[in-house]
Amino acid sequence: MSTVTSPPPRTRGTTTPRSKLVWAAVAAVGAVCWTVLALSRGEEVSALWILFAALASYAIAYRFYARFIAYRVLEVDDTRATPAEKLDNGRDFDVTDRRVLFGHHFAAIAGAGPLVGPVLAAQMGYLPGTIWIIVGVIFAGAVQDMVVLFFSMRRNGKSLGQMVREEIGTIGGIAALIAVFAIMIIILAVLALVVVNALAESPWGVFSIALTIPIALFMGFYLRYLRPGRVMEATAVGVALLLLAIIGGGYVEQMGLDDSLTLSKESLVIALVVYGFVASILPVWMLLTPRDYLSTFMKIGVIVLLAVGLVIARPVLQNEAVTDFAIDGNGPVFAGKLFPFVFITIACGALSGFHALIASGTTPKMVAKESHVRMIGYGGMLMESFVAISALIAACVIDQGLYFAMNSPAGATGGDPAAAAEFIRGLGFTISPADLTQAAASVQEQSLISRTGGAPTLAFGMSLIFTDAFGGGLAAFWYHFAIMFEALFILTAVDAGTRVGRFMLQDTIGNVWPRYADLSWKPASWSASAVVVGLWGYMLYVGVTDPLGGINQLFPLFGISNQLLAAIALCLCVTLMFKHGKAKWVWVPGIALAWDLTTTMTASWQKVFSGDPKIGYFEQRSVYQSALDDGKLLPPATTTDQMHQIITNSTTNGVLQALFALLTLIVVASAIPVWVKAAKRGGLPTTEAPYEPSRLVAPSDFFATKEEKAAVREYEESQRELAGSGGR
Amino acid sequence: MLTAVRRAGRGMHWYLKQLTGEAKWDDYLDRCRSERLPPVSRREFERHRAEHNENTPGSRCC
Repeated sequence: MSTVTSPPPRTRGTTTPRSKLVWAAVAAVGAVCWTVLALSRGEEVSALWILFAALASYAIAYRFYARFIAYRVLEVDDTRATPAEKLDNGRDFDVTDRRVLFGHHFAAIAGAGPLVGPVLAAQMGYLPGTIWIIVGVIFAGAVQDMVVLFFSMRRNGKSLGQMVREEIGTIGGIAALIAVFAIMIIILAVLALVVVNALAESPWGVFSIALTIPIALFMGFYLRYLRPGRVMEATAVGVALLLLAIIGGGYVEQMGLDDSLTLSKESLVIALVVYGFVASILPVWMLLTPRDYLSTFMKIGVIVLLAVGLVIARPVLQNEAVTDFAIDGNGPVFAGKLFPFVFITIACGALSGFHALIASGTTPKMVAKESHVRMIGYGGMLMESFVAISALIAACVIDQGLYFAMNSPAGATGGDPAAAAEFIRGLGFTISPADLTQAAASVQEQSLISRTGGAPTLAFGMSLIFTDAFGGGLAAFWYHFAIMFEALFILTAVDAGTRVGRFMLQDTIGNVWPRYADLSWKPASWSASAVVVGLWGYMLYVGVTDPLGGINQLFPLFGISNQLLAAIALCLCVTLMFKHGKAKWVWVPGIALAWDLTTTMTASWQKVFSGDPKIGYFEQRSVYQSALDDGKLLPPATTTDQMHQIITNSTTNGVLQALFALLTLIVVASAIPVWVKAAKRGGLPTTEAPYEPSRLVAPSDFFATKEEKAAVREYEESQRELAGSGGR
Repeated sequence: MLTAVRRAGRGMHWYLKQLTGEAKWDDYLDRCRSERLPPVSRREFERHRAEHNENTPGSRCC
């Protein structure tokens, strides 16, 4: 028996003086950065204060709070075999190196969400977003990811829906299942809307994004037929082609393609819907897998580049710490006051319910050692939060006149430079029509006015930072590089999301009609794909054609639904803490749940019942309805058709909003009796898999200690001996 | 200095090979060797993995 286990975690009292000194220094850096951010008003503030406040806070949270949660609250046990070790089949259950799994998990959770939300929230100033991203991730987002990962791992990798059904009850389980499906549709629609808004009237963007399809197909065929399995080779070729596609986009005019590639939003919707349908029924090796390799590499590359660029360029923040829009709630980008809307606009990056689906899906089946949930769950989310901070900075270094010109809906800016400049003056900023035209020309776009959705703004901010940091006057290249980077992983999310939605639908209908659940039965898979694509396609169309501006109407719905999913996940965590007899630690997921419910329920209430037509969907509906009844047109509508459209859209959005809130409340309400019962009895039986001893040895954190390395060597030797003698 | 660079490069290569799943083939060969089984061709092996991926889409977040 070679049950050499990793050394027990160091507990209180064993910290060396040197490490005390290091952590004191980290704390001091963090404290100084936060103080500067808190006290600077009306002076030039460097973006690096935000960057380092974030890094220092993450380091401290990871070292102390995450460790406390792992060892005291969850009581991770490295002598216990994980599902990957027990059920190892080399496929879904597969012992994976902790650093590699960290990469996989991060690639799965990080997408366009943490890039878009902070850009929109920059309307409220840099401070609210910064505080929520950093504090939110430490006490809510990273906690949710880690705790869900842990509980799912203890149940051999059960999904969120399954755990809610088994641990809370059938009604809660059904509500959670519907919520997950509906939320996925909204997320896909909003992400697709971001791409449409970024590519409309942009021949360069359309050219390079369109080329990603043949590039991915080429990689797919390369890996299938030419040189099977040589992923790195294929990806290197793919990335090189991708860069060529971006450069090539700059020459669309010379190639005479600019007219045919200047697409309206409506035609892009059709293109995306067709693409989504085809991509979700093609075999994954053809398009999805290679595209995923590309987007993973682009993601990591761009994040590193952005961090380096920020440190070199040291940009100065252009907006105020807290703007009047945050207090009055009348901002043009989205309506509503700081509380609660900053907390639902920035979802991914601070707290994202969607992560719970990944933390209870593939990842828990690959964890090698229980203690790894800390670096993978908590650490992975800190990394995503860092992406959100970088995006926030990129949005805050743009001239504020330009920021609002880009992000205000077309109905407000009028769409042309003179009218937009006038509108911006009304907001209290100055930018001349010539400056607006010049800014668009600098990145070779026809116009930057009302390019809502966040992606163009982020791309513009990134191109400023990169041009400043690396020189060379490549602003247009960097802008389109950033657009490509976002569009690439949004399209990956659309592919994968449609497929996941299709599986969920087939599985659900399969309960009544078993044949429908057969994944290889074409009529089932095609019709299920069509339903899923049809649903998000409809919402996308609603967003694109909304006279009031799609992003400011739909984005709150997206944010709230994502946070409501988080409420469901955190509610499960609280339930399990009670059932495991850990009532004294229930505050760990409990504070996150309480805060999340407070903000999202307030936001939901306002979106449904607010008497301000800019915020409340139903009030909006009735204002337009009564105007229509009087035979009047209300701006921005210019025709009766548009009036009807606004009325239909507001109703749809309002009903969905109410539905999401209701589903979440059902889950919480069905959990409360379980909490009470479990608290009274000091615990309840759960579906946790029984203890099995672990034989595996692996270090528990990013860097192995000397003792851990020795233990791993000893273990590997014993394994070799075993293989040498036991094979015959 | 040079050895440090080389080591970092090797580490990077190892990491990328693991991350992309390319290393699965090497793991498989190792297992075949220790269990004294004849390995299937790489093409067949990768087909198998692709088929498995078909029904377990890794969901991607927002």
